[in-house]
Amino acid sequence: MSVSTLPPSRLPGHKLNAQLTAPQRDPAFAGRVFWLGLALVLLWPLGVATEFRPWVMWEPDNLKVTAAFVASFWPLVHDAEFMRMVASETWRTVAMATAGVTLALVLAVPLSLMATRVLSLSALSGRMDRWPAVVRWCVRATLIVLRSVPELVWALVFVRVVGLGPTAGVLAIALTYGGMLGKVYAEILEGGESHATQNLMRNGSGRLQAFVYALLPSHAAELASYTVYRWECAIRSSVVLGFVGAGGLGQQLDNSMKMFNGGEVATLLLVFIALVALADRVSAWLRKALA
Amino acid sequence: MKPEMTPEMEPLTKAFSREAANPPYKLPPPIFDARCRACWFMAALLVLVAASFATLGLEWQAFLSMDAARSMGRFVAEFFPPDLSPAFVSQVTSAAWETLAMSALGTIMAAFLGLALAVPASRMSEQDPAWLRSPTRWLLNALRAIPELVWAALLLISAGLGPMAGTLALALHTSGVLGRLFAEAMENVPTGPGDALRIQGVGPLRVFAYATLPQVLPQLMSYTLYRWENNIRAAAVLGVVGAGGLGQMLSFHMSLFHMNKTATILGAMLLMVACVDALSFSARRWLTR
Repeated sequence: MSVSTLPPSRLPGHKLNAQLTAPQRDPAFAGRVFWLGLALVLLWPLGVATEFRPWVMWEPDNLKVTAAFVASFWPLVHDAEFMRMVASETWRTVAMATAGVTLALVLAVPLSLMATRVLSLSALSGRMDRWPAVVRWCVRATLIVLRSVPELVWALVFVRVVGLGPTAGVLAIALTYGGMLGKVYAEILEGGESHATQNLMRNGSGRLQAFVYALLPSHAAELASYTVYRWECAIRSSVVLGFVGAGGLGQQLDNSMKMFNGGEVATLLLVFIALVALADRVSAWLRKALA
Repeated sequence: MKPEMTPEMEPLTKAFSREAANPPYKLPPPIFDARCRACWFMAALLVLVAASFATLGLEWQAFLSMDAARSMGRFVAEFFPPDLSPAFVSQVTSAAWETLAMSALGTIMAAFLGLALAVPASRMSEQDPAWLRSPTRWLLNALRAIPELVWAALLLISAGLGPMAGTLALALHTSGVLGRLFAEAMENVPTGPGDALRIQGVGPLRVFAYATLPQVLPQLMSYTLYRWENNIRAAAVLGVVGAGGLGQMLSFHMSLFHMNKTATILGAMLLMVACVDALSFSARRWLTR
């Protein structure tokens, strides 16, 4: 091939020019297309497993039902009787969360004190003794099990035992959140500086005294702000618990949805969004005040 | 031996002795003081807790009586032995795979939807008017405020019973969460590379693709993985309203009082959650090593 048949860009003199102007096409185009194709191939089994057929939603009769439901959102139901009921259910949701977190604290505080390694007397000199270590390990395992069962499953179980109503919801929140709070409290207490605590215990104070006068003051803000955060989460999950019959806004939402009463559903959803936003604000403000 | 006094130390020692010569005598603060915010806060907290317990009408006697203890005991005893017949175990395994697929697909869709919503929700540069910033943020907050389970119950009407409703529910809730996190990440990125391109007259789309996105991509990936971990846990219970996966099997067998099968499903759920926890814990330790 002679030099003159080459395209101008291949000629030696054009090399510098070619580098200065940006390439017209993406240089990594082929690679990007390959990886995109591979990702789609890998996604295929996921779509099959989840029966993902979005076009079902656009079938005429399906679309008609959806459109009718969404259209019935307006006007919002706001007669006095319904609003009174919504107000009392909203309070019930907040009360369930508060009572649940209180009971969770009753569970979590002693367990986290038992699980904290910093408060071990035998660990002050070398290794912890065998039995204290075994007890601490067992308490920790209990906390992890309590926490890893979702609160909805606890609620399903308790609805069977104590019947429909807020008791099941409160117990479910108490158990799951007891596990969460206990585990995180123990981690927070072990996380910080422990010299003051150990000093007190070396000089003959009891474990509870060392906790109250050394460990608690240095971690109080963190513990309190985590508790407030969990209270906010509990409000969100107490709505969800209503769906299995534990009362509160969730149960009303479930009822209205089953009756296809779009106006009530829309009102309840708006109240719920407002409640979550309010809890978010209060919790953020409290945590800022505590920090 | 007395330490030598240098001229620099002199004012310091003087100040110290003045402080120490007459320590102010302070009374301990009174227990209650009208200006003490902590006192008012504690009082309000006590009132809230007392009112909660008073108005809920909790049935303690139904739970703490001998009768309830017996029925609880019977209930727990019914769980044993768990149904471990091969046919049922394979059913549970496929439901667990369905749960995992729901969470993965939901999270992937949420990542893309969240990214699409995060772009209008963030102010990319000083000159960017960002008209859509607050409306998009409102939308993201609304998506985020409604829990997955409520979304699933709403979507059952148009998507029908089954895992698709659950997948879409996870995608909608998670896109609210991720969209907000993505928008914050994009607003906090250094603007230098983007400004360099913008000065050269490069359009906003290419500035996003070649300057903003490459900088935030690692952070976006880590947020997405973190949400996937959460979503596996959420997907396990979503089925309680009929949206597929292990939860749907759980509520089905529980409502038919097949307690042995329920025990197997609960065991599978716990095992899955424990595996995810262990994996993410070791992955995090490996990454932050």
